[in-house]
Amino acid sequence: MKVTGSQIVAEVLLEHGVDTVFGYPGGAALNLYDTLYDYQDKIKHVLFAHEQGAAHAADGYSRATGKTGVVIATSGPGATNLTTGIATAFMDSIPMVAITANVPDALIGRDAFQEICITGVTMPITKHNFFVNRIEDLENALRQGFRIANSGRKGPVLIDITKNVTAEMIDYKKRAPLSLPSAPVCDDKEIAEIANLINKAERPVIHFGGGVAAANASNLLNELVKKANIPAAHTMMGAGVLGYENKLNLGLIGMHGSIAANKAVDHADLVVALGTRFSDRVALNPPKWAKKATKIQIDIDRSEINKNVLVDKYLVCDAKDFLKKLLPLIKPKKRTKWVAQITTWKKESTNNKCAKATLRPSEVITAVCDLTDKDTIYTTDVGQHQMWAAQYLKHKKTRAFLTSGGLGTMGFGYGAAIGAQIGCPKRRVIHFTSDGSLHMNLNEASTAVSQNLPIITVIMNNRVLGMVYQWQTIFYDKKYAATNPERKTDFPKLIEAFGGKGYRASTPTEFEKAFKEALKSDGPVWIDCAIAKEERVLPMIPAGGTAKDMIIG
Amino acid sequence: MDKTPKKEVISILVDNQANVLDRVVGLFGRRGFTIDSLTVSATDNPKISRITIVFTGTDQALYQIMTQTEKLEVVREIFTLEAKNSIYRELLLLKVRTGKNDRAAIREIVEIYRGRIIDLSKDSMIIELTGPPEKLDAFMNMMADHDIAEVCRTGITGIERGLKPDSRASVIPDSIRNPVDNSLDPETSSG
Repeated sequence: MKVTGSQIVAEVLLEHGVDTVFGYPGGAALNLYDTLYDYQDKIKHVLFAHEQGAAHAADGYSRATGKTGVVIATSGPGATNLTTGIATAFMDSIPMVAITANVPDALIGRDAFQEICITGVTMPITKHNFFVNRIEDLENALRQGFRIANSGRKGPVLIDITKNVTAEMIDYKKRAPLSLPSAPVCDDKEIAEIANLINKAERPVIHFGGGVAAANASNLLNELVKKANIPAAHTMMGAGVLGYENKLNLGLIGMHGSIAANKAVDHADLVVALGTRFSDRVALNPPKWAKKATKIQIDIDRSEINKNVLVDKYLVCDAKDFLKKLLPLIKPKKRTKWVAQITTWKKESTNNKCAKATLRPSEVITAVCDLTDKDTIYTTDVGQHQMWAAQYLKHKKTRAFLTSGGLGTMGFGYGAAIGAQIGCPKRRVIHFTSDGSLHMNLNEASTAVSQNLPIITVIMNNRVLGMVYQWQTIFYDKKYAATNPERKTDFPKLIEAFGGKGYRASTPTEFEKAFKEALKSDGPVWIDCAIAKEERVLPMIPAGGTAKDMIIG
Repeated sequence: MDKTPKKEVISILVDNQANVLDRVVGLFGRRGFTIDSLTVSATDNPKISRITIVFTGTDQALYQIMTQTEKLEVVREIFTLEAKNSIYRELLLLKVRTGKNDRAAIREIVEIYRGRIIDLSKDSMIIELTGPPEKLDAFMNMMADHDIAEVCRTGITGIERGLKPDSRASVIPDSIRNPVDNSLDPETSSG
């Protein structure tokens, strides 16, 4: 059967089970969009206000559903607007396929209108990218794109297609998706040695990250923690793998991690790092990190081994395969003394008073948790509110806390919330943001309204760029350079102008009332919460510090 | 793990396609590794090119850049060419200002090094020399007394001795496969 290049795009998407794409049309993408119109019964296209929002949505959709997120944009500015979204997905290993149209091949290299070499631009932020200027290459590039995005350590792939290719005709036959290469298999002898180290350890800690969630290995990790009584700490990307109520869950680790998590690692005699990369926000001082411990690293990406923290032993394999083989070799052990010690640490709290506050971030987040069910998906932007959300949310499930962990993209959350809500229409989606982050991509309120999505946005509005403001308070003699924007934005009025609903809250009672109202709405709602600018994120380990340098009050 | 920087010759077999050099060189650049020299050449298979990179770094740096490079979709194989079982060659073109008086002396040096004079004019000559980089260095040293006008060196290309093993046992050399010494960690801190 002869079909156009655009039809090949649609057909290959269908082959891969894609029923939803996010994007924005344009001149070079006209043929693609013409075909998407014909396929609208099978592929839902969600139009955004800005390509960046669409890219974050594809990312959020993928994080929430586990499927590949697909975003489509036109050439030039359409393509460059995707880059922050692609980079966000790259840093957090999220499978995404970005399809961009480019100018016709005859114009390539001539600085044509809206021409940009997007494969060059995105080389450092994709696992791989393709420039397709021959229709013969299109089918393979698309199928390879899905394979690469989902194999090994996942990530984004970009496929740039010249406009002529989207119109040219070629024979096409339906095919099954390419099979994914099998993950490296754990060596039984190595596993036995690691099991032996764990069985012998008196003060072991499991330190895990997004790799456990990506491998769908949460149940196995819970089993390991329970069987051997090993306390476990998580990175931003690992939130939700262990339930918040689990006594052995140490919580978040690192710069704004819990006292218990940081102290436990500092005192541990064995650290098993699982699907995590010791970023500078976790191991703030790599040579001194867990210095008393024998360190074991398990990761699917060999280049992560010894990249940041040098380890004593490692295995390159899938977290699920590793845990499955490890569990039978682990001896049940009480570790009474160690568990008692971490229980004591877990009771230690920061002295995080704020005299001027009438509504505390912890009160807002706790109220949200109490008023929503266990299936709720939370998204965040980046900054203080993100850390508060990571700290105070009662994480229960994987794929339910969507946050830009690696790149730290302010403006990520609203697009991600839209993507998550579209991917999970029956679940409640709550977006935590701040006045700083929301201003970055608030244009997507228009998308939430068009799609009639009941996303509730909780704005931690302290009228300053809080995280930088906090650093300036602590480390820069309160010289508040460019963190006091003096904005007069009226958020409730603004969301109403977009066609949604807005509320304001400056006390816990007001917040609870507003939130209950918001839950009844079937369209987007913003709640503007008055937070004191003096509020800090604590604990805090300054850059280059260790658990001993933790600021707790 | 040894912390002293060493010179390593890395051979990378890559898909012969547009942008392939960008992908490899770009990766070295953005990961903060400096390339001493680089050559790209065809192989007997038109679909595959060979990139030879000379790189100076610690064992940890070498492991890091090799494992990062092997992740690139275009990379078929990556391995170090160890001096004891590899041959390295480099080509040198050197232009020197000459007059009647020093031509003979230069010719003598060129003959000893088995180089060739490939161009001659009234006031200059061009010398071609191939060999392992050390030989070229030694030749350059001898020529230092003369009035050198221009120098051009290709950088190393290299190949393993003997027939290629069916399956290369160790892409990453054993010395950096099992690094265990924590005391050698670089001091790092950043905001």
